[in-house]
Amino acid sequence: MGVGGAVTDLAIEFENVSLAFDDKVVLRDVSFSLERAHTKIVIGASGSGKSTILRLILGLLKPDGGQIRINGERVDQMREEALMKVRAGLGMVFQEGALFDSFTVRENVGYRLFEESSTPIPEVDARVAEVLGFVGLGEFIGRMPSELSGGQRRRVAIARALTSKPKVLLYDEPTTGLDPITALTVDDEIIKLRDIEGVSAILVTHQLRDAFYVATHEAVKDGDQITFVPASPEKAGMTEFLMLKDGGVAFEGAADALRHSDDPYLKAFLS
Amino acid sequence: MTWLTQWLKSALQEVQEYFVLLGKVGRGLVTPPFYARDVIEQFDAIGAGSLTVVLLTGTFTGMVLALQSGITLDKFGARSMVGQLVSASMVKELGPVLTALMVCGRVGSGIAAELGSMTVTDQISALRALGTDPVRKLVIPRVIAGTLMVPLLTIVADGVGLVGAWLIAATQLKVASAPFWNSVVAGLYIEDVWMGLIKPFFLGFVIVSIGCYVGLGTKGGTQGVGRATTNAVVAGSVVVLAVDFLVTKLLFMVLY
Repeated sequence: MGVGGAVTDLAIEFENVSLAFDDKVVLRDVSFSLERAHTKIVIGASGSGKSTILRLILGLLKPDGGQIRINGERVDQMREEALMKVRAGLGMVFQEGALFDSFTVRENVGYRLFEESSTPIPEVDARVAEVLGFVGLGEFIGRMPSELSGGQRRRVAIARALTSKPKVLLYDEPTTGLDPITALTVDDEIIKLRDIEGVSAILVTHQLRDAFYVATHEAVKDGDQITFVPASPEKAGMTEFLMLKDGGVAFEGAADALRHSDDPYLKAFLS
Repeated sequence: MTWLTQWLKSALQEVQEYFVLLGKVGRGLVTPPFYARDVIEQFDAIGAGSLTVVLLTGTFTGMVLALQSGITLDKFGARSMVGQLVSASMVKELGPVLTALMVCGRVGSGIAAELGSMTVTDQISALRALGTDPVRKLVIPRVIAGTLMVPLLTIVADGVGLVGAWLIAATQLKVASAPFWNSVVAGLYIEDVWMGLIKPFFLGFVIVSIGCYVGLGTKGGTQGVGRATTNAVVAGSVVVLAVDFLVTKLLFMVLY
């Protein structure tokens, strides 16, 4: 339910959003929207404002102009206290994971429920075990973040973002710095969440291999078994690319359209 | 001239942002949510954790003060008044200031490094994304603990300083215990004790709040964390001395 009772199918909307740090323009009149249960893959050169989009959605940064809506509710001018409620419906996977060093995996994953809710401890532990099982790291529950590999840290970060059952997940370069095999395990988690859990997501990455893998594969559940197969046209249509260039949107569309674009910049970027 | 204007502008901006943080601390102190467990953890980290360094500092300060003043007092044939001089100096000035400087070196730097590392590794952003206000969760427990623990540590430093001075008076200066302790009591007025007890609340507050402010404002990776740690200690130490002067001046007007 949005402002004024308006029901919207859009999980996130950006309308002419602009942001500059001193003289450096990061975003200029950026508009796009994310439908529920869809995924938007944001690509672009370093410094093109990809991660800034995620920080704007979370309210960690305020835009200089334009409007941002989450589930129809305008958030760009919200006060920090009100934003806390909005953030409860969002899960964020930070670059490098951003796990709390002094907490165990259990405390990291269950953080929001332990600290910001009155959920009984046994229920929190059950949820922690569930989400860690989902990312295949159930046996690491008692470890410290420093004892995990890079890929495991990212997957724990995904589990932490999932704990409070968010409807929207935001991934900030979740596979950067990982070897291709480990990156694939993280990609599979993103696909699983999209196809099995129906979570809307914005995936910021400059790893084109991972971006196209996520866009062109789907997760199929058969009993307890989950397999990853080439996406059906219907599923492929649920994932779109958004390319940023010089603070603006250079391309928005499906993987196929991006691949076959004649734009010289896009061609150079994809080559 | 441009350089000076620029420097003044950025200094004023820093001060303004520091007071904005203090405003948030003030609001967080009177409105929920509260993180009681973190406050207790900080009592332990700041209070119990600083005990060793404060014990050593207090003892040696008392000892050297007795030794120095004993020699000076000897010239006037007033060696027996060493207790009076040591107690007045320790309780009014050296106890609070040296304790604060030690806590600044140990705790202020630690807080700046910890919060600085959390800032540059996005852990602070992660906290906010998970619905936690970093000021309430990280800053307020530290500020409460610092403000309440520094006075307690100062009392400890004063106590061991006087014991250290007594050891030197008894063994080196050959002043008997009874005249020494009588002289300690004679040298202290109730106003002095109040001054020695009130000042550390202010000093503890500024040390920890500066450490938190510098830590949360860290930029520039691990190098930035190093810079933040240094800045927290340098700024904290200078402000401790400045606040000590200002509060002393104020208390002289109010108490005496």
